Amino acid sequence: MPTTAPPAHALADVTASDSTLRRFLHGLPGVDAVGLEARAASLGTRSIKTTAKAYAIDLAISMVDLTTLEGADTPGKVRALGAKAVHPDPTDRTAPTTAAVCVYPDMVAVAKEAVAGSGVKVASVATAFPAGRAALDVKLADVRDAVAAGADEIDMVIDRGAFLAGKYLKVYDEIVAVKEACGTSARLKVIFETGELSTYDNIRRASWLGMIAGADFIKTSTGKVAVNATPANTLLMLEAVRDFRAQTGIQVGVKPAGGIRTTKDAIKFLVLVNETAGQDWLDNHWFRFGASSLLNDLLMQRQKLATGRYSGPDYVTVD
Amino acid sequence: MSDRLSVFKTYKLYVGGKFPRSESGRVYEVTDAKDNWLANAPLSSRKDARDAVVAARKAFGGWSGATAYNRGQVLYRVAEMLEGRREQFVREVAQAEGLSKSKAAAVVDAAIDRWVWYAGWTDKIAQVTGGANPVAGPFFNLSSPEPTGVVAVLAPQDSSFLGLVSVLAPVIATGNTAVVIASEKAPLPALSLAEVLATSDVPGGVVNILSGRTAEIATPLAAHQDVNAIDLAGADEELAKELEIAAADNLKRVLRPRPVDFTETPGTERLTAFLETKTVWHTTGALGAAGSSY
Repeated sequence: MPTTAPPAHALADVTASDSTLRRFLHGLPGVDAVGLEARAASLGTRSIKTTAKAYAIDLAISMVDLTTLEGADTPGKVRALGAKAVHPDPTDRTAPTTAAVCVYPDMVAVAKEAVAGSGVKVASVATAFPAGRAALDVKLADVRDAVAAGADEIDMVIDRGAFLAGKYLKVYDEIVAVKEACGTSARLKVIFETGELSTYDNIRRASWLGMIAGADFIKTSTGKVAVNATPANTLLMLEAVRDFRAQTGIQVGVKPAGGIRTTKDAIKFLVLVNETAGQDWLDNHWFRFGASSLLNDLLMQRQKLATGRYSGPDYVTVD
Repeated sequence: MSDRLSVFKTYKLYVGGKFPRSESGRVYEVTDAKDNWLANAPLSSRKDARDAVVAARKAFGGWSGATAYNRGQVLYRVAEMLEGRREQFVREVAQAEGLSKSKAAAVVDAAIDRWVWYAGWTDKIAQVTGGANPVAGPFFNLSSPEPTGVVAVLAPQDSSFLGLVSVLAPVIATGNTAVVIASEKAPLPALSLAEVLATSDVPGGVVNILSGRTAEIATPLAAHQDVNAIDLAGADEELAKELEIAAADNLKRVLRPRPVDFTETPGTERLTAFLETKTVWHTTGALGAAGSSY
């Protein structure tokens, strides 16, 4: 918790210029990398069994942003994904729906139709995902496109090049512009691509930068690089949203994405959420998993709990 | 040299090509035929069984897709590696089964020969069990044997090495992958066999070896929805019945236990037990106005 950070009403001042913003971000306390990883690892050893596990599995299912972000996405695949989001386990209608489906902007309309009436949201990546290497106009057009097609949530990528070059205000302005393009109808998730930010200090800075700029969610990664969501970087972001709320009263969600494939991993993340940010975040309005294969493992574990038998991949859909 | 400290071997499981301890952290004491302590072996839990199934499933695509000729070479390589560690296995089998050195040597030799025997079968079984079926139409109709998938193998309790090889080799010779539960009382030869498999071109996960209480590990395997078949060789009558009921749930192939003399040359029964016949139809070619084109 940065004790030196200014109080809530003053956070607006830090964005007055590039140098004030840099001073603020670099004034955030450094991250104890060893301590952070040890803390994440020790929280990962909690044993969650029986009814608590059943609760955790259903909660995790309800937090999944079921994602397909492939060049080979077809309307048919997106419709299938939508059907799966609405009824994750067709043999067991007590399984909760997932939080959202996450697709490319041109598939938003298809996805919207597929999940209509179910309460499942449609999230769209935008801003020249995943690299984010495009002019601001192009990125904003991308966002408007997705919003116009009915996206409930926009997953934007920050300009990592600008961030690493120290042009924090440029990154800030871009997030603000995208937030504006989202209007009031779409929530904004800001992807930092933590695997490209090199250091934990940078992840902390990016988290604060994103939150100050008005992100509704901060998200670890695109799932397109080697290092995606890890317990340590998610823990760091959870600390950031906790501290941000303590200072400003504004609650921001967290979404780890990529690399979370097993129920065991997912439950470890839920423990992190509960122990770091607290119960307020244990809800799919404030915490999400960006994943595709995770859902199948959650469903297999759910079947195992219900029947006592280990399930197999023959009993879930092939995506 | 008398003051040299003795180096005890830590026996470990063999799962997915690696040698993990049991997930549960448990071990149990293994004794020789005269109840002298030999070593501690891992006491596997149902989670080890689950992990082994995941590893076996992962390995299935590659192993079943390998050419039969290649599988034969790999199995022959196992025999080669075993030959090099013959002394060790003679000692372990003698201790485990209370045999004299010469009798144990005969058992080990028979086991090595068994690998060679099954290695020869890999590219011949298809000719024996498959074939071209005559049909009433201009079609080729071909039946070919396909591996069943992941096979849980309860190794025989008494014949800790020759028995184990005799039930394991036919399962993998035909392209299945195996989760083996070693003899409960004498698991050490099986756990040492894992070291041979790991150094003989058998891809990781094709064979997974667990030690522990047979009933404890076999029960979740029999009920496991991602196990395709189960060989009950090491189950007593009561356990076999229980497992067969559990196995019925996803229609596993079940090979019932019955007395076998493992020193005899086996037939093809264990090879065909875990094969499924795939039949394909293919047109013989265009039938022109002038009639058949062949």
